[in-house]
Amino acid sequence: MAETVLTNPGQSPARLEGWRGIAADWASDQRAFKNVSWGKAMMWIFLLSDTFIFSCFLLSYMTARMSTTVPWPNPSEVFALNIAGNHIPLILIAIMTFVLISSSGTMAMAVNFGYRRDRVRTAILMLVTAAFGATFVGMQAFEWTKLIMEGVRPWGNPWGAPQFGASFFMITGFHGTHVTIGVIFLIAIARKVFRGDFDVERRGFFTSRRGYYEIVEITGLYWHFVDLVWVFIFAFFYLW
Amino acid sequence: MVDIPYEGIRGIPPAEVPDVELYHPRSWWTRYVFSQDAKVIAIQYSLTATAIGLVALVLSWLMRLQLGFPGTFSFIDANQYLQFITMHGMIMVIYLLTALFLGGFGNYLIPLMVGARDMVFPYVNMLSYWVYLLAVLVLASTFFVPGGPTGAGWTLYPPQAILSGTPGQDWGIILMMASLILFIIGFTMGGLNYVVTVLQARTRGMTLMRLPLTVWGIFTATVMALLAFPALFVASVMLLLDRLLGTSFFMPALVEMGQLSKYGGGSPLLFQHLFWFFGHPEVYIVALPAFGIVSDLISTHARKNIFGYRMMVWAIVAIGALSFIVWAHHMYVSGMFPQFGYFFATTTLIIAIPTAIKVYNWVLTLWRGDIHLTVPMLFALGFIITFVNGGLTGLFLGNVVVDVPLSDTMFVVAHFHMVMGVAPIMVVLGAIYHWYPKVTGRMLNDAMGKFHFWVTFLGAYLIFFPMHYLGLLGVPRRYFELGDATFIPSSAHSLNAFISVVALTVGFSQMVFLFNLVWSMFKGEASGGNPWRATTLEWQTPETPPGHGNWGKELPVVYRWAYDYSVPGAAEDFIPQNQPPRATQLVQGAAS
Repeated sequence: MAETVLTNPGQSPARLEGWRGIAADWASDQRAFKNVSWGKAMMWIFLLSDTFIFSCFLLSYMTARMSTTVPWPNPSEVFALNIAGNHIPLILIAIMTFVLISSSGTMAMAVNFGYRRDRVRTAILMLVTAAFGATFVGMQAFEWTKLIMEGVRPWGNPWGAPQFGASFFMITGFHGTHVTIGVIFLIAIARKVFRGDFDVERRGFFTSRRGYYEIVEITGLYWHFVDLVWVFIFAFFYLW
Repeated sequence: MVDIPYEGIRGIPPAEVPDVELYHPRSWWTRYVFSQDAKVIAIQYSLTATAIGLVALVLSWLMRLQLGFPGTFSFIDANQYLQFITMHGMIMVIYLLTALFLGGFGNYLIPLMVGARDMVFPYVNMLSYWVYLLAVLVLASTFFVPGGPTGAGWTLYPPQAILSGTPGQDWGIILMMASLILFIIGFTMGGLNYVVTVLQARTRGMTLMRLPLTVWGIFTATVMALLAFPALFVASVMLLLDRLLGTSFFMPALVEMGQLSKYGGGSPLLFQHLFWFFGHPEVYIVALPAFGIVSDLISTHARKNIFGYRMMVWAIVAIGALSFIVWAHHMYVSGMFPQFGYFFATTTLIIAIPTAIKVYNWVLTLWRGDIHLTVPMLFALGFIITFVNGGLTGLFLGNVVVDVPLSDTMFVVAHFHMVMGVAPIMVVLGAIYHWYPKVTGRMLNDAMGKFHFWVTFLGAYLIFFPMHYLGLLGVPRRYFELGDATFIPSSAHSLNAFISVVALTVGFSQMVFLFNLVWSMFKGEASGGNPWRATTLEWQTPETPPGHGNWGKELPVVYRWAYDYSVPGAAEDFIPQNQPPRATQLVQGAAS
């Protein structure tokens, strides 16, 4: 059986377009999202749930920032670096954002090659994505180190509201954890792709289920989501 | 994938959902302990939830002993009393009711009722149970750590939740947060499974509008839980950071033990918003599965189709959606901007409309039905009455002006125990009497069941009805003892003693039920596959209890909705969902 390959034996009526099509799909039996596999549906619903987690984190941070009576440290100053004698605000964050968004590009290419069953290129592109992700986490570690050296703590900092450090470490830490988990998954899936697990339908170690190249796309969904979340963190935490 | 040939029956399209690639257990351990079968996971969830629920029941006895006979029991001091309250509330709401309805009934009934062989990702489903068990163990461990469990109240409001002076400030609160975070992770793994199974793994002919209302209730509640638990997750993480790292998300500057504390600048209100953004949907996460299950119980045991099926479905969905915009009605006296009250009172009262639709439809289903007063039916009727009672007091508390004097009194305790304590528990018990024959192949003893129902139902009223009166007098909730306050007449004290005696009696009578569960497993009368002559798919399995993969060789095909009871002209008074139109036997002379 193949839960990803959905056959259409031909007898079913022509699919309707637009809203009528959506209504017809939801009124039908068996699947509400036609041609969407279980795994992909599950990832989308998980991401919806995760969106609520990040939204709550960001809203809490904004509440804290708006309601504090002490001045909020200026992010442009805090996150500035002195490079070759030049004082450049937000330079590290700009590079990090660039790295993470580039990783989305390589991920999309990996998905493409996955569906073409090009094992080697898929695996390489996934590893490149993972490398970008690891670079991002590395630069975040550098940023954390720099701030900690300058005296920023979860319970206080030299420049103003103590919620600055608390929100910063919590939100970037939670996002960094997501990136790290993504890197681990990317490496694990890349290994399976490279070994040809999905060509020979080898069974998973724990689940004893067969895997398909679609897992590359599902991992990609997660990865793009983590990217998208970063864009919001970048906008609301660093640029505000 | 096996293509089943198109049979040309209108409304039954060809199979596009492939057979589930089942996990086949190879040893005793993977069959019964680390099982990936939703039915076994359901039983594991149910037993764990019941076990921790019994702990909460004992805690309620201890609280009632103290409230009814203050000063008599030296082994209960004020701190312990607060700890009992906290743990009782938290266990009952989250670790018992949520886990039992979604993890227990959801796991057992969803695959069977939609015609699937198992959940879509059985391995993740198994992990869900084990993480839940870990959460329960972490929670239970707080009884044995220095300082004991937290006594912050089940709402865990900061600042008091993490300040010294609140019992359990050392370990209790930390482990409580850890346990909640684990619970949410575990629940998410299970919840994703339930949602995807309902959406993407139904059998042929099973459209969403043919689903039994049980599945609709559990499905909607699960979607809500996936969107509401994130708020509790975030609140728990932030409170944990406040306690462990000394951040000040929720902590304002304040004086603790005569000294200025290390905290400052945080917002306690923020916690309340996050908590109730979870907390109010949570009420309906518990209530919606109960609504769904009770609809099926009433329809089956009154031998009549559910009245207004489509309205019932949309009412469930509407209640689920509305419950996300009412949360601040728990915060009228919190100090939030007072005019928010208008908005939240309005939305709160609007929820009464879909809820009333449901109640009317239950009553109209009973109207002129062939009512069998079986034990599940008794509990279903008990639920309707209790829910109406609890719902009506909800109208009082939803109005700002009425709520302000009533808030933090026993009236609130009576209200929420009626509406989300007793009422859902009635459904849980009725559902156990209803589905026990499918799970074990034996009927529960009827005489013990009826005794259990009457003691529980009447007892619940004797306990919670007088509490409304106490609340109107102004008796506060969460107080260790009332003392000699002049506004509390001595009759209130004797009423409290009366409530305690009844509560202990009702509590002990639950032992009859537990005994019945065990006794009937061995000595109960054999039930056969479909003792209630019900239409839904779980009663049509080839084996009882359903075997590995549920359906034998071929998945069932669904031809009709779940409520074909007493169809005019049909020979039997029920037509199972998987019976093709041609195969329906008609009474002689009736037109097809």
